[in-house]
Amino acid sequence: MAAVAQPERRRFIVCDGNEAAALAVALARVDMVAVYPITPQSSLVEYLAKFIADGKLAAELVDVEGEHSVLSVLQGAALAGGRTYTATCGPGLAFMFEPYLRTPGLRLPIVMSIVTRDTLSPQSVWGGHQDAMAVREAGWIQMYCETVQEVLDTVVMAYRIAEDHDVMLPVNVCHDGNYLSYGSTRIELPSQEVVDEFLHAPDVNWHAALDPLHPMAIDRLTGGAGGVGPGLFVAYRKGQCAGMHNALQAITATHETWGRLTGRPHAPLIEKYRMDGAEFAIVTLGSMTGAGKDAVDAARERGVPVGLVKVKTYRPFPVQALAAALRGITAIGVVDRSVDFGWNCGPMYRDTLGALYHVASPARTQSFIGGLAGADITVEDFGRVIDTTAALARGGGASATIWLNQQG
Amino acid sequence: MKIQSRSFFDRAGVPDDLCPIATQANPMLPGDWRSLRPVVDRDKCVKCAVCWLYCPVQCVVEKPAWFDFDLATCKGCGICAEECPQRAIRMIEEGG
Repeated sequence: MAAVAQPERRRFIVCDGNEAAALAVALARVDMVAVYPITPQSSLVEYLAKFIADGKLAAELVDVEGEHSVLSVLQGAALAGGRTYTATCGPGLAFMFEPYLRTPGLRLPIVMSIVTRDTLSPQSVWGGHQDAMAVREAGWIQMYCETVQEVLDTVVMAYRIAEDHDVMLPVNVCHDGNYLSYGSTRIELPSQEVVDEFLHAPDVNWHAALDPLHPMAIDRLTGGAGGVGPGLFVAYRKGQCAGMHNALQAITATHETWGRLTGRPHAPLIEKYRMDGAEFAIVTLGSMTGAGKDAVDAARERGVPVGLVKVKTYRPFPVQALAAALRGITAIGVVDRSVDFGWNCGPMYRDTLGALYHVASPARTQSFIGGLAGADITVEDFGRVIDTTAALARGGGASATIWLNQQG
Repeated sequence: MKIQSRSFFDRAGVPDDLCPIATQANPMLPGDWRSLRPVVDRDKCVKCAVCWLYCPVQCVVEKPAWFDFDLATCKGCGICAEECPQRAIRMIEEGG
């Protein structure tokens, strides 16, 4: 294993999250990119096209007529042995739904950024997690980034995770529309040598291949009411669950290796921030976490015993890790950037309740929903979240979902 | 794009709960489940080849003075009968 990158080899650039994702795709030496532009992902696609035109990325770019074709093209490319990438969001993701469902079932390690955007309607082109949340049970691995640096690092890591033979599942790297897609910051660009050492040449069609020399039927018919069909269907479904289960370990190991190679360790499943001595906690997802950490710092300075847990890996949901992090915590406020219709709370709130049930936690909990359709969840908003959760910890009653950024 | 076709495919080395694949060809042909069969009126056929152009499974076979069908692969869809300008093709029920 190589030593941590030497200072003289380090290179820093200023870029936004969309360019960071495109840079990661170039570093990963992706073979085929199929794209259709959609706000706030469009500039990511333009960067990819530019890198290919400039000869920085030796990939085939397929400029198709819509997102349904985007993912269908990549399925063919992956079955032919290529490393593949695309990015989409909101309505584009909705149009992609049919091949989106098929991809994990075929166990194709395609990597796709979701530049998260709120879903229609009401009409909106701004950030929110509703698009990615709408497909959270479809079988893709989903990781949410906090910073532009984490976008670049996670897209590179996503290939190693997806292509792990014990995983073989597609990965969504989610980065917040507007806040991360267009937010420019200084990041460190890993060298090509480091990424080459980290990622092996793609070996993605060892389990199913479009190979004229060895023809096979891909996605044969299973299921039905009798015979071997239903049992076959169950076997493949259980196989997907096994891949999801194995992903927890693969994600952890991959983050560890990447951290060692680059000197930039990112928390793989969850990140605990100032949880030592915390009596109550808030749970965050994505780029809102920065403001959350600032609010926790301010509260700690006043002697308020609050900590923060950031969820990075949302699917598979890190049940054990989150439950362990929240053990002994008396009150928990979960902040979502999307809505779980029907439960009328945040989706991550519901996941957190499930994790807490596993350890029979008596913690009081509160769901907060903010940052919808591009709204900024400010440090002041998090101050309110902390105050409300503190009141809960002192024995106050939880209320229905609290909506941040609400008008009127 | 770099094509990475594998020189071999080791089925035994692949877990059977991954991608649903089948590597054995099904011996059934469309003719095994056809319900209607095309019959050519050789007096009417002028060998214009419209049936040959339209047949989706390419089962039309050229004979010295008419076009006929390979009934092993014909699925009985009737497109040839529908398109024939001479009305030289009739669809009759199998087993009838």
